[in-house]
Amino acid sequence: MSATDEVISSSGEEEGTRRDFIHLLAGMTAVGAGAAVVVPLVDQMNPAASVMAMATKEVAIDAIEPGQVIKVVWQGKPVFVRRRTPEEIEQAAAMPLSSLKDPIARNENIDDKEPATAENRVMPGKEEWVVVVGICTHLGCVPLGPNETGAGGEWKGWFCPCHGSHYDNLGRIMKGPAPQNLLIMPYEFLSDTMIKIG
Amino acid sequence: MSHPSTYVPGSAFERFLDKRLPIIRMGADFMDFPTPKNLNYWYTFGGILSLFLVIQIATGVVLAMHYTPHVDFAFWSVEHIMRDVNYGDLLRYTHSNGASMFFVAVYLHMFRGLYYGSFKEPREVLWILGVVIFVLMMATAFMGYVLPWGQMSYWGATVITSLFSAIPVVGDSIKTLLWGGFSVDNPTLNRFFALHFLLPFAIAGMVVLHIWALHVPGNTNPTGVEIKSKKDTIPFHPYYTVKDGFAIILFLIMFAVFVFYMPNVLGHADNYIEANAMVTPAHIVPEWYFLPFYAMLRAVTFDIFFIDAKLGGVLVMFGSILLLFILPWLDRSKVRSMRYRPAAKIFFLFFVADAIWLGWLGGKPAEQPYIWQAQIATAYYFIYFLIILPLLSIMETPKELPKSISEAVLAKKKKQVEQASAAQPAE
Repeated sequence: MSATDEVISSSGEEEGTRRDFIHLLAGMTAVGAGAAVVVPLVDQMNPAASVMAMATKEVAIDAIEPGQVIKVVWQGKPVFVRRRTPEEIEQAAAMPLSSLKDPIARNENIDDKEPATAENRVMPGKEEWVVVVGICTHLGCVPLGPNETGAGGEWKGWFCPCHGSHYDNLGRIMKGPAPQNLLIMPYEFLSDTMIKIG
Repeated sequence: MSHPSTYVPGSAFERFLDKRLPIIRMGADFMDFPTPKNLNYWYTFGGILSLFLVIQIATGVVLAMHYTPHVDFAFWSVEHIMRDVNYGDLLRYTHSNGASMFFVAVYLHMFRGLYYGSFKEPREVLWILGVVIFVLMMATAFMGYVLPWGQMSYWGATVITSLFSAIPVVGDSIKTLLWGGFSVDNPTLNRFFALHFLLPFAIAGMVVLHIWALHVPGNTNPTGVEIKSKKDTIPFHPYYTVKDGFAIILFLIMFAVFVFYMPNVLGHADNYIEANAMVTPAHIVPEWYFLPFYAMLRAVTFDIFFIDAKLGGVLVMFGSILLLFILPWLDRSKVRSMRYRPAAKIFFLFFVADAIWLGWLGGKPAEQPYIWQAQIATAYYFIYFLIILPLLSIMETPKELPKSISEAVLAKKKKQVEQASAAQPAE
C-alpha cells in the first residue's frame, strides 16, 4: 500500500490511509489531553482536604428542657437538638404513615429503606430526643422552631419561612414544597447528657 | 460590515495604517452604517446597555481593589468601602444601582424585540446571542449580590445553589461542587468573586458578537419591513448617535436619582446584617430583577406525575428562560411588527402585564392568595409562548403592510399635516 495515495478498494469505497490514521490518532490524543486538563480544573472546585476532614461535634444536652430546641453548628450547618414533651411524642406517634409526604425515614443511623415511623426517627429508648440537620430539604433555608416566629407551623414542629414547608416534631415533611423529611445525620449518645454528632 | 465602505484615508498616516490594520476604516464604516430612518426611542436601549456594561466594569474593577473575598472580612471590607475609601460609597452605590439600571434597560430592550419581532428571520442568531448575554448577566448579578456577605447574600446564594440539588442523581454532587464544601462558605465566596470578575468580560465578548450579528442583516424597525432602498436609511452617525445620546442622558438622570437620593431603595435592609448560617431571614427575596422568575419557581407546589414539586419548580424557572432560545421557531408569523398584528398586540400587552404581575408576586411571602395567583401568571407566561404565538402565526389576519419604510414614514407625515390643517379654521 502506498503511503500517500488514496486506496480505492474493488468495491469502490475508500479505505483508510496512514494519513487518516494519523488524523484519528492526533484527534483522539487531543481529546484525551483535553479531558486530562478538565479534570483538575473542575475537581479543584470540590471540597478541599481541610473541609473534608470530617469534624464530629460533642454536644451537652443536660440543660435542654422538655419542649426546647437548641441549634448547634456541625460542618458549617445547623443541627437541631429537640427535647420533646410527652404530648408531642404522643402527637407524632399518632400520625398515620399514609399521611406522610415522604414515607422514608431519612435516618443515616439505620437502613435507608426503612419507613418514616416515629421509632425510626429517633434513637431506641431515647424517644424524647430528636436530632436533625436544620436545613430545609427544599432549598436549604433554616426552618424555624416552635419557640420562634410561626410557632413551628401547623404541626408545631418546624416551619420554613422561605417557601412555606411545614414539618412535624420529628422533622417529617407534612406540607409545602420540600420533598423530603429533615435529614438525620449519624449521631450517638455518649451518655444520657452528651451526644456526638457526625 | 455588510455595506460598501465609503472611507477614504485622508492623511499619509491613515493610508499607511489602512494597508496594515484598517481599524479606522472599521470605525468609520461602523459610524456610517445605513440604519432605518424610522427607529423610535424603544431602539435606544442597545446603546444604553453598552454604556452600562462599561459603567459596571469600571466601577467594579475599582471596587475589587478595596474588597476582600473572605467570610471574615467581606462584610467589613464593604463597610470599609462605604465609610473609609474616598468616594467609596458613591462607587458602590453606582455599581449596585447600575446593576438594577442594566436590568431595567435589558428588559425594555427585550420587550422591544418581542413587540417588533426582532428575533425573526434573518435575525435568529442575533436574538440567541442576546439571550446568552441575558443569562450571563443574571449569573453575574447573582454572584455579585453574594459578595457583600450580608444575610440576603448568604441566603440568596443558599437558595439558588440548592436549586441544583433538585436534579436527579447528580444534583447533590453538583451542589457540593458549586459550594466547595457542605454549605455556602469561604470557598463559595472566593469562587463567586473570581467568576463575578470574569463574567463581565465574557459578556463584553458576547456583545461584540451580538453587534456583529446585528450588522449583517441590519436593524429591524417599527414597521418590520426590511430596507428596500437607500431612501429608507440614514447613516448611524450623526442621526442615531444623537438620538441614542439624548436617550442616554434621560436614562442617566433616572440613574442619578437612585444613586444620589435613594441608593438603597432597590436593595434589602437585611443585607446590612452580616451573613449568619444559623438564622434565615423571615422573607428571602432576591433582587427585584429576579422576582418574576422566583415567583415561577415557587408557583409549583404540587407534584407533576413523577416530577416532585421541587424539581418541577426548578424546571419551570429554567424553562421560562430556555423558551426564549427557541422563540424564533415558535412565532412563525411572517409579519414582524405587532403594529400590524392586531391580535398578537393584545396578547403581548397581557404578557407584559403578566411579567409585572409575576414580579410583584415574587416579592410576596409563599402563602395564599399569592400562590394561586403565581400559578395563573406562570401558566399564562408559558401559554403565551407555547400556544398563543404558534397559533396566531397560523390564524391571525395581519393588517396591510406598508410597501417600504419610506412609504410608512411619508403616510404618517401626511396624516399629521392633514390633522394640522383641519385644526386650523378655514378662510
